[in-house]
Amino acid sequence: MSSIYEQIGGAAAVEKAVDIFYRKMLIDDRVASYFDDVDMDRQRAKQMAFLTMVLGGPSHYAGQDMRRAHAHLVKRGLGDLHVDVVIEHLGDTLKELGANEQQIAAVAAIANSVRNDVLGR
Amino acid sequence: MPRVHCDGRDLTLSSDDNLLDALLGAGVQVASSCRAGACQQCLVKAVRGVPPASAQSGLKDAQRAQGYFLACQAKLTEDLTLSLSAARELDTPGSVVSLDALSSSVVRVLVRPGAAFEYRAGQYVTLIRSDGLARSYSLASRPDSDGGCLELHVRVFPQGRMSGWLASARALHAEVSLRGPLGECFYVPGQPAQPLLLVGTGTGLAPLWGILHDALAAGHTGPIELWHGARTAGGLYLVSELEALAARHRNFTYRRCLLEGPAGVGVELGNLDVAVLASATSFEGRRVFLCGDAQLVQQTKRKIFLKGAAMREIHADAFLASPA
Repeated sequence: MSSIYEQIGGAAAVEKAVDIFYRKMLIDDRVASYFDDVDMDRQRAKQMAFLTMVLGGPSHYAGQDMRRAHAHLVKRGLGDLHVDVVIEHLGDTLKELGANEQQIAAVAAIANSVRNDVLGR
Repeated sequence: MPRVHCDGRDLTLSSDDNLLDALLGAGVQVASSCRAGACQQCLVKAVRGVPPASAQSGLKDAQRAQGYFLACQAKLTEDLTLSLSAARELDTPGSVVSLDALSSSVVRVLVRPGAAFEYRAGQYVTLIRSDGLARSYSLASRPDSDGGCLELHVRVFPQGRMSGWLASARALHAEVSLRGPLGECFYVPGQPAQPLLLVGTGTGLAPLWGILHDALAAGHTGPIELWHGARTAGGLYLVSELEALAARHRNFTYRRCLLEGPAGVGVELGNLDVAVLASATSFEGRRVFLCGDAQLVQQTKRKIFLKGAAMREIHADAFLASPA
């Protein structure tokens, strides 16, 4: 069976998805402040890698990278709520791109699997 | 603790230091300016050892492969032997051939490269004076215009060492070095019907001027809208030239925005980002170029992205202030 990454259209679709997802994050007061002083192009590249990973595309994901990348945010209060917000927006993004409930649940499960890495537990 | 060998000296660095500060702290002379990885003045070469990849961002592949990296961006994890002077081999010599005032605070500087110099209008160069003083300027010219000269728009600051010099006749015929070209804020042919939005403050007009002429020369047919913002009318320049272009090219619109009045035909009052954002209900599908004041560029980038422009279509060049 092909991955959701392939089903929704590969790299081109992920690029579209990243813009939709990033906009949702930037206008959500629950998480927006974490993006205040962030270089938008670098942030986008990271989100590209993240979305590619959770969609089952070609990625070089390493739990240790996820830990290191978020350690300073955990110090600023990053917690389960924020991971929930990410998963919520991820699901809404995929819905906009035409993914079905089953696909969205599968992606949410992968995103959930890195929760402890992100939160440094 | 990584050890650095350069110019016959051995230095031991703590892992928290960036290499530039560590070298300066040890009394080693290193030219530097922006400390943000943009001007590339502190470009050094690892002649032995592997430099951190994160300090090679923005360099050409060939330069990376040769071990070049930016000292201001480098936190070392392993021992290196450095050459501080190697980067000069990458520079292009040039001479200042013309200086003329574009306004009371902006000088147009033409520099003739002494060797082949490939670039795109809208990129920037770091201009290095013979005493090592350096500043980065955007390229308003196109490679096949101005007789091959590079056109820079230099904002003259009262205490500016480089700009004050360039505003004086002393700079005329001076020999300089050029590092670059740098940056990715330029027009790429293709999609000739795509609407273009060019937004700049102050001498942020320089890259936009180049990009605009590049697009027109490439036969761009889609609407091209250029916004130039300044605090007062005195900060605007090339006004009649831009008006003439707008009269000649039906797809080109020139708009001005001033923080302080008076308003007039084609002149709005208020914040540039607010005026630009209010000019359309959505920016989806536009190719956007943002140049000038760093804070304004970052804010506008975020707002325009939120209002529909795709990130990959937003090209931004935030001007960084130089130390006095």
